[in-house]
Amino acid sequence: MFGLVEKKSTLKLEDAIYDGVLEAGKGWMHELKEGQRFMILDMEGNQAVDTTFYDLETPEDHYSAIKTIVAQKNIYLTTGTILRAESGEPLLTITADMTGRHDTLGGACSSQSNKVRYALEKEHMHNCRDNFMQQLANNMNGLNKRDLAPNINFFMNVPVTKEGGLKFDDGVSAPGKYVEMEALKDVMVLISNCPQLNNPCNAYNPTPVRLLIWEA
Amino acid sequence: MQKIWKKTLKPGEKWSGLIGRGKYVRFKALGSQANVSMLLYNMRDTSERYNMPDTLKAQYTSHLTTGNVLMSDNGRVLASFVQDSLGWHDTISGHISRQEVDEKYGVTTYQKMGNDWYRSGDENFKIELVRNNMGMRDMVPCVNLFSKVFVEEDGSMHFDANHCQEGATVTLRTEMDILIVLSNTPNSLNESKEYPAVEVDVEVYDAPPVDLNDVCVTHRSENFRAFENTWEYYNLLGL
Ligand SMILES: [Zn+2]
Repeated sequence: MFGLVEKKSTLKLEDAIYDGVLEAGKGWMHELKEGQRFMILDMEGNQAVDTTFYDLETPEDHYSAIKTIVAQKNIYLTTGTILRAESGEPLLTITADMTGRHDTLGGACSSQSNKVRYALEKEHMHNCRDNFMQQLANNMNGLNKRDLAPNINFFMNVPVTKEGGLKFDDGVSAPGKYVEMEALKDVMVLISNCPQLNNPCNAYNPTPVRLLIWEA
Repeated sequence: MQKIWKKTLKPGEKWSGLIGRGKYVRFKALGSQANVSMLLYNMRDTSERYNMPDTLKAQYTSHLTTGNVLMSDNGRVLASFVQDSLGWHDTISGHISRQEVDEKYGVTTYQKMGNDWYRSGDENFKIELVRNNMGMRDMVPCVNLFSKVFVEEDGSMHFDANHCQEGATVTLRTEMDILIVLSNTPNSLNESKEYPAVEVDVEVYDAPPVDLNDVCVTHRSENFRAFENTWEYYNLLGL
C-alpha cells in the first residue's frame, strides 16, 4: 500500500484563508487550528521543505519522526500517514499527496552538519537549522534549541536499502505537486524552505513554495 | 585492561550517568533478542545531543556497526563503535511506549507483580531525563543496541528476531564527556508475544588514546572532520 498513494486535493485554491509564497531559503512559523487543512505546493519542482510541528497546548510535545514511522511500520510518509508527537498523540494526517514520498529520517541541514558532510568552508552557508532557530527567536513562544527534534522533509527522497544503506536522491516532485494535511488538534507549524546547495535534495536550485490554509 | 565499573541491567531496568571521554563502554547480551535503548548528551551542555539524521546522513547508512560514530547536532562525535559482534544496531525504531507494552504484553502493574512489572522505554527515559534536569522536550531518536530493523524497498520496517543471540557484544568508546541514558526494554517492532526479558552487562574500562589510524576516524572523511571538530572543542576548552 505504500510507495505512491497519489490522492488529489478536493479543496479550491481560491477558498483558502491563507495563501502565501515562501521564498527559497526562508523560514515560517504559523498556528493551525484543529480541523484546518494545510497545503504545501511545490511551485517550480524538486524543492525540499523542512517541516516540524508542536502541540499548541503542550509545546514540549514536539513532532516525532520515530513515533510516526513506527506506528505505521513504514519509513515513508504519504496519504493516510498520521503525523505523531513524541507522546504518540496524533497531530495531523496527510489528506492528499501528489508525490507519494516524503522523508522523515534525513532531518534538517545545519551549518555544523554541512561542515562535517562536505567541507570546512561550507560552514558559512545558509541552512535549515538556522532558519528554525531564527523563527524560534522571533516568535518568543518559549521554544528553544531543545525543542528541535528531527523533522519532515516534504518532497525529499531519501531511499533506505534492505542492506542498511541510505542516500540522497533527486526529488520526486515536479512543478505544481503538493501535499495536503488536516490538523487533528491545534498545532504550531515550523518550516524552513531548504536553502541547501550541496546535495540534490533541491536539484541544486532552491525555489519558492506556496503555503495555503483552509478553514475547518 | 582495568575495569572501572560494572552493572547488570535487569529486564526493564534503566540507568543514567556521566562517563568521561576516552572510556570503553562494553555491552554484553545475556540472552537473545536483547534491546538497550540509549540516549547521549554532552554533559557540559545537554542541549547538544545525539542526532540520528546527521549521524546517518554523514555516514550514508541506516544502521550502526564498527567504524560508525554517533554524532551530535554540533557535528561532533559523542561516542564511536569500536567493536561489534553483530554488525547491525538500530537507530530508527525508537523506544517502546507504555501503550505499546500494554497492547503487546498485557497490562501489568507494580501492585500485582512487584518489581517484575513490564517497564516501558518511555517511562524509563522520562524519569532519567527529569532526574538529569531535562524532560519531554529533550526526547530524540535513540540508539537500540543489539536490534536489527531493516527496511524493504516499499519502506516497510521489519525486526529481525534471529539477530541478537546470547553472548553478543558491542563496545562504544566515549569521545566526549557524556551523559548516557539507558533503558533495557524491548524493541517496539519485536513481534514476540512474550515480554523479552534479557539481562545486559555494562562494563566501563579506560581506553587508549585515539590515533589517526583508528577504525572510526578513518571510516569516512566525514568521520575524520567530526573528530577534528571534537578535538577542537576540547582544545578550546583547554582540556
Ligand atoms: Zn535544509
